[in-house]
Amino acid sequence: MSYLLKRIAFYVFTAWAAVTINFLIPRAIPGDPVQALITRSRGQMTSEAVQSLYVLFGLDKDASLVEQYFTYLGQLLRGDLGLSFTYFPSPVSQVIGDGLPWTLGLVGITTVLGFLIGTALGTGIGWRRGSWADALIPVTTFVSSIPYFWLGLIAIALLTGPDSFFPASGAYDGGLVPNPDPQFIGSVLRHGILPAFTILISSMAGWILSMRNMMVTVSSEDYVTVAHAKGLSDRRVMVGYAARNALLPNVSGFALSLGFIVGGTLLVEIVFSYPGLGLQLFQAVGAKDYPLMQGVFLIITLSVLLANFLADVAYLALDPRTRREG
Amino acid sequence: MTVVPSTAAATPAATPVKRRRLRFVANRKASIGLAVLGFFALLAIIGPWIAPYDPSGRSSDLLQGPSTAHWFGTTHLGQDIFSQVVVGTRSVMVVGFIAGLVATILSILVGVTSGYLAGAGSEMLSALSNVFLVLPALPLMIIITSTLPETSTLTIALVIGLTSWAWGARVLRAQTLSLRGRDYVEAARATGEKTWRIILFEILPNLTAVIASGFVGTVIFAVTLEITLAFIGVGAGGDWNWGTVLYWAQSQQALAQGAWWWFVPAGLAIALLGTALSLVNFGIDEFVSPRLRGGGKTNVKTADGRTVRMRVGFTPVLGNAEGREGS
Repeated sequence: MSYLLKRIAFYVFTAWAAVTINFLIPRAIPGDPVQALITRSRGQMTSEAVQSLYVLFGLDKDASLVEQYFTYLGQLLRGDLGLSFTYFPSPVSQVIGDGLPWTLGLVGITTVLGFLIGTALGTGIGWRRGSWADALIPVTTFVSSIPYFWLGLIAIALLTGPDSFFPASGAYDGGLVPNPDPQFIGSVLRHGILPAFTILISSMAGWILSMRNMMVTVSSEDYVTVAHAKGLSDRRVMVGYAARNALLPNVSGFALSLGFIVGGTLLVEIVFSYPGLGLQLFQAVGAKDYPLMQGVFLIITLSVLLANFLADVAYLALDPRTRREG
Repeated sequence: MTVVPSTAAATPAATPVKRRRLRFVANRKASIGLAVLGFFALLAIIGPWIAPYDPSGRSSDLLQGPSTAHWFGTTHLGQDIFSQVVVGTRSVMVVGFIAGLVATILSILVGVTSGYLAGAGSEMLSALSNVFLVLPALPLMIIITSTLPETSTLTIALVIGLTSWAWGARVLRAQTLSLRGRDYVEAARATGEKTWRIILFEILPNLTAVIASGFVGTVIFAVTLEITLAFIGVGAGGDWNWGTVLYWAQSQQALAQGAWWWFVPAGLAIALLGTALSLVNFGIDEFVSPRLRGGGKTNVKTADGRTVRMRVGFTPVLGNAEGREGS
C-alpha cells in the first residue's frame, strides 16, 4: 500500500503546483488585463465580486505576495473562482458546474473506450506480425497524426446537413428540457455519436501502435515460448501470457498521456459546439474572460489528476510487483 | 536532417564502413519520412518567395473553389489559400524546430542529471518532470499565452519548449539509471574520470537514439500544439500558419457554406508532416530495436501444403505433419 500512498502524495503535490501556477501567472506577467474588464463592468458587480477578482488576479497591491497567496488559497477552498465575464453575472464555479457533466460524459467515456479498443486491436496486430495486419500500421500512423479537431471538421462536412441523421452542433435538441425521459436521452445520444467517434478514432490510433510494439517485444520472451511448448491454445497464450505483460506499459502510458488526450478532446467540443468545458474555454479565450479560463484550467487539471490516480489503481491491480511490501 | 537523404543518393555504392553509417537511411520508413520532412523544410525556406499571392492580400474572387488561378481556392476576403498554406509552413517548422530544440536540451539536462546523480536532488528533479507530465498541456498553454501581453511565433515556440520537456526527461532518466550501473561506467569511475566526463563521453553517446526520438516526438507535439493554439485564436498575431487558416475557416463558417477547400489542404499538410515525423521516429525505434521491424513474409508453405507461421524464438518444423498450426 506504500505505493498508493506515494502516488497520493505526488498527486497532492501536483495539485498544489497547478494551483500555484494559476496564482503566479497573472502576477508574473506585466499588465493588468483583468483590471480593464473590472473597470468596464463596474457598477454591475457587487463589491464582494470585485474583491474576489482582486484576490484571484493579484490586483490588491497593498498586500504582500505571501499574504495574497493565503487569501487566494482560502478563496479557492471555499469554491469561489470569481465571476465569469462571458456568462455575467454567473460565478465561474456555476458555469463550470454546467459544463462538467457533458465533458465527463463525452470525454471520459470515449477516452476509456478508445484505450480499450485500441489496446485490443494492437494486441491482435502485434501478435500477427508479418501478416496482412501490418498493413494497418501506416494507416494508424496517418490517423494519429491528424489533429482531433480537423477530423471533427471533416466529419461535420461529410456527415451532417439539413436532412442528415447527425446534428452538427449542440448536445441535445434546442426545444428539449434536460430531464431523464427517453426523448431527451435519445437526443443526447444522437448528438453525441459524431463527437464520440471523432475522439475514438483519433485516440485509438496511438494505443494500437504502442500496444503492437509491446506485443512484438513480449512475444519473443521465454515465457511465451514455454507457454506455446506446453501446448496451450494460441489464443490463450496471446491473451493470458503475452498481452497480460504487454499491457503494463500501455496502462502507465495511458495515465501519462491523459493530459494530452484531454487537450485534444476539448477541441472536439469546440468544433461540435458541445456545451462542455472545452467550448467554455474557447469562449473564454475569445472574450478574454480570465476568471473562467483559470477556473477551467484548474478543474481540468484536477480531473486529469483524479483519472491518473484511477489508472494507478488499475496498474496496482494488474502488476503484483507493485503490491510488494517495502 | 534534410541533408541526409541527398548524401544517401550521392553515394549508393560505398565501402562497408560507409554503408554502416547509412543504415538508418536504408530503412524504408525513415527514408520516406526524411524525404517528406525535407520537402516541408524546403517549403519553409522558399515558401514566401514561391507563393503566388500575398497571403493577406484581398481580391475580388470571393470564396471560390479550386481553380488554375487559385489552386486551393479563396477565402471570404478573396485571399489565396494556397499562398496561406505555403507561407504558413515556415512558422510551423520554426516553432517545431525551436520548441523541439529547447525541450530536448532541457530534457537532457534534467533527465541525465537526475538519472546519474543519486539522492534528494535527483528525486526532486524526477518529481518536477512528473508534475509537468501530468499537467494538461493545452489548457496550461492557453492560460500562459493569453496572459502574455504580446505573442510572436518565437514566444509561442519558447513557451511550448519550456513546458514540454518532461516526457523526454523521464525517458532519459530511466535510460541513464540503467546505464549508470554498467561495467564500462564503473570502470571509468574506477579509473578516476571526472563526473562531467563520464556523463558527456560515456553516457550521452549511448543515449543518442533516445534523444533523437525524443526530439522528433517533441517536434510532433509542438507542431500540433501551435496549430491548435492558432485554431483557438491565441496564436501569434500577424504570422500565417496552418492553424490560422483553419481558425478563419472555422470562424467564417466555411463548413456551413460548403467551402471544403478552405480547411482540407491545411489539415492534410498537418497530417502529412505528422506522419513524416512519426515515420522517422519508427525508423529510429527499429534501428535501435530490430525486433520491431515488420517481419516481412512469415507464413511459409510446407511440402504437404500446410501453412506454418514463423515466430521469433521458434524453429518451425516444416516437414513434420505434427507441426503446430499457426494463426
